[in-house]
Amino acid sequence: MAILINRNSRVLVTGLTGRIGSFHAQDMINHGTNVVGGVTPGKGGTKHNGLPVFNTVKGAVAETGADLAICFVPPPFAADAIMEAADAGIQTCVCIADGIPAQDMIKVKRYMRRYKAEKRMRLIGPNCAGIITPGQAFAGLMPPHIYLPGRVGIIGRSGTLGYEAASQMKERGIGVSTSVGIGGDPINGSSFRDILELFENDPDTDAVVMVGEIGGPQEAEAAAYIRDHMPKPVAAYIAGLSAPKGRRMGHAGAIVSAFGESAQEKVEILSEAGVTIVPTPSSFGEVVQRMVA
Amino acid sequence: MDIHEYQAKELLKRFGVQVPRGGIAYSPEQAVYRASELSGDKWVVKAQIHSGARGKAGGVRICANEKEIAEAAQWMLGRMLVTHQTGPQGKLVSRLYVEEATKIAQEIYLAFVMDRKEERVVVVASGQGGMEIEEISANEPESIIRSVVDPAVGMQAFQAREIAFSLGLDAALIPQAVKTITGCYRMMEDTDANMVEINPLVVTQSGEIMALDAKVSFDDNALFRRPEIMEMRDKSQEDTRETFASDRGLNYIGLDGQIGCIVNGAGLAMATLDMIKMAGGEPANFLDVGGGASPERVLMSFQAVLNDPDVEAILVNIFAGINRCDWIAEGVIRAVRELDLKLPIVVRLSGTNVEEGRKLIAESGLPILTAETLAEAAEKAVVAWKAATLKEAV
Repeated sequence: MAILINRNSRVLVTGLTGRIGSFHAQDMINHGTNVVGGVTPGKGGTKHNGLPVFNTVKGAVAETGADLAICFVPPPFAADAIMEAADAGIQTCVCIADGIPAQDMIKVKRYMRRYKAEKRMRLIGPNCAGIITPGQAFAGLMPPHIYLPGRVGIIGRSGTLGYEAASQMKERGIGVSTSVGIGGDPINGSSFRDILELFENDPDTDAVVMVGEIGGPQEAEAAAYIRDHMPKPVAAYIAGLSAPKGRRMGHAGAIVSAFGESAQEKVEILSEAGVTIVPTPSSFGEVVQRMVA
Repeated sequence: MDIHEYQAKELLKRFGVQVPRGGIAYSPEQAVYRASELSGDKWVVKAQIHSGARGKAGGVRICANEKEIAEAAQWMLGRMLVTHQTGPQGKLVSRLYVEEATKIAQEIYLAFVMDRKEERVVVVASGQGGMEIEEISANEPESIIRSVVDPAVGMQAFQAREIAFSLGLDAALIPQAVKTITGCYRMMEDTDANMVEINPLVVTQSGEIMALDAKVSFDDNALFRRPEIMEMRDKSQEDTRETFASDRGLNYIGLDGQIGCIVNGAGLAMATLDMIKMAGGEPANFLDVGGGASPERVLMSFQAVLNDPDVEAILVNIFAGINRCDWIAEGVIRAVRELDLKLPIVVRLSGTNVEEGRKLIAESGLPILTAETLAEAAEKAVVAWKAATLKEAV
């Protein structure tokens, strides 16, 4: 089953008719993803690359039974698109947009709490590469050929570092159950802890690789969860050992501004919680192989 | 994006926060004239740079007469002021703010920040104003008051009252304090600031609450809808290497080493810097070329990296998911030819179209070093850099 997405997921693409949405939706379909339609306000009732287009997410859900939305809407309008998906009863929404204002994300998080926990949409991202269950389906910007289907979960803030981990694992014959990009923004939909919990409860996942970086409290929260609630083995790499304090390293969230946010401190906290540390970005394959042996 | 103190005070005033009277000056003569427009018998001359801790660096002077004002202005203007926040090269002082001196009865720390744990705006206050927040949390942690704002309704008056009473303010001052605190919050919301820090907020001897200093920074992701904030940008306070890159849509951060880096993805770029350090080198920069990088974008990245005169070797590290290795290779080859590069260059390509990319580089006949893994690339770059510097020394 893996987590979040599989070949049966009914995927809706918001921003389908744009250049980026169009290109990646086709790529998703080519790799087995069950894309059921798209949303572009004002273009409802038309077809785009053979897919039905709707004016609203609610309308699309009613017609197609979509349960997963992938959002290719540009940053200024992305928060609105996420809230629309949450209100339309979508279960999981993946948002790619890099550059959503922090105050918009604060509002999104507040808005999603209107719904009872069991009806609340799960948001992945923003500013992420997406999610993939290799051999089944993906939603996002993914090179599926670097993933081998298997039983190790990946959670990462950075897209390309996640690719790096997956391809090093593939070279050693280690496959991935699901890879989840949680994104590089300071305020994001799902934290490391949220996804660790899904992997812990997933019968198809035996171990997890975390790809973290400087900034924010989420790696420390993950460490506490792993220590207290997670019997499955976890390995972690933290990027930014050489990053100077107070500088924003590309990702809006990659900045050391408080105690416990530097790479050194995060490595220490995770290691104390029993996590196997991946010491360099070239040793994902080697460390994971030893961990699952 | 950061702004100057005088700009922050201008904004605060618009949101009902009181600030001392003052004016901007670009020369010692103007500074003296500004003081003459203000009342009082003492004035403060303040260097306007994007940094805190200016006082300790000599950037804030209390003056009692025209001669002292002119001298202070003369000393500050044109100087590269070095504080513990500016780095060793310092920041250029090209504007001064001249303010009437304030008679202080009490100093308060007041800040509004985006709290990543709460995922909301949090107000942080302390009666121990004047000190930096790090010092306050180290020395007087029990003095820190925190209040979380619900984004659905914004900051409420009762929250501001609770803060004001916790600070031990006199009952007569509470309405003013509430106006100040709620004003700061509205400013944060209406301008998309991600931090508003007033340190100190003071109670004057005549019973007024005033912002004596103010540090405000804005969310870069929201500047598209804040043109009036965008106009406050002062490029002279930024690293020129970074301005060149950001004007071209590249994500670049200047560092102090000698090995230039061109990488796709922020996480992979950070990891690449780490690997260079582990291999015994020092990175000169962080650079994320982004997704879908065309040959032109790669060429531009080389220009950005080469703007740093300290660069003695370049490492290109690409893991192409949505990028294409052949495009990257084309960009590298064009850069070496068009910019007539003599520095050692190490290229590591992986992912989509990697075979085509490697073939292009091999067939170019150019002295470009290649590597299969990130570890190998970092080692080769450090070895090549050391060999190049050795040759120079001989």
